[in-house]
Amino acid sequence: MTPMPRLVVPARHDKLAEVSKFVASAAMDAGFGETVVNRIELAVDEACSNIIDHAYDGGKGAICCDVTAEPGQRLKIVLIDQGHPFDPASLPEFEPCRTLDDVKIGGLGLHLMRQVMDDICFEFNLPGVGNRLTMIKHYDRSSQRS
Amino acid sequence: MEISVKPLKEVDIVTVSGRIDSATAPEFDNALKGLLEHGRRKLALDFADLSYVSSAGLRAMLSALKAAKNNGGNVVLVSANERIRDTLTLVGFHTLFIQFNDVLDAVDSF
Repeated sequence: MTPMPRLVVPARHDKLAEVSKFVASAAMDAGFGETVVNRIELAVDEACSNIIDHAYDGGKGAICCDVTAEPGQRLKIVLIDQGHPFDPASLPEFEPCRTLDDVKIGGLGLHLMRQVMDDICFEFNLPGVGNRLTMIKHYDRSSQRS
Repeated sequence: MEISVKPLKEVDIVTVSGRIDSATAPEFDNALKGLLEHGRRKLALDFADLSYVSSAGLRAMLSALKAAKNNGGNVVLVSANERIRDTLTLVGFHTLFIQFNDVLDAVDSF
């Protein structure tokens, strides 16, 4: 297991590229291929955007990102905030449709996170911690770097 | 992210480079809305130098597509890289946007 340094950034959209880069680097070190790394970046982007827009409601705060890589096995990403508890599952479910008129955009972020990550766990108001989102991506043959 | 717009015939070629994430998506969204609100309805989004698009960017693209089609136009994509194509497929948008490898082919499609 390779513990990564913790990254703490202000909860601002202009800091998300930094979080993305941090997570992508860990995912590549763990052996994930470019496509999977891109998908993991998408999931983290969505998760952080929810923290900024909903947990902190656009106000001041911080996002703490811990990544633990187990090369050839899995990548574990933990995001911690001290904002309001926000459960994305409370949003309307995204419904992928085949026709433009039918597409409902709500819940797209959570849909992406669920599509990409193998396990997602939301925990709220943990004493001494705050809100904690744990996302895990398992490594399999299709995850390999080509 | 950088955006430039170049009209060619009745089509606006919107060239976007860098990343469209939740920090830059509002600027991208405003650029598309600005064109559509001024009566432009045929947009070719040239993504040759775009490295990443998040769901915030996807929302802007979908909103533009709906507005354009409501006015008899369309929004098509040009030279999206493999990462972006994969993102579109993840959310089912690959069936909504016609994609081209060449800008002139995209312009001629309107």
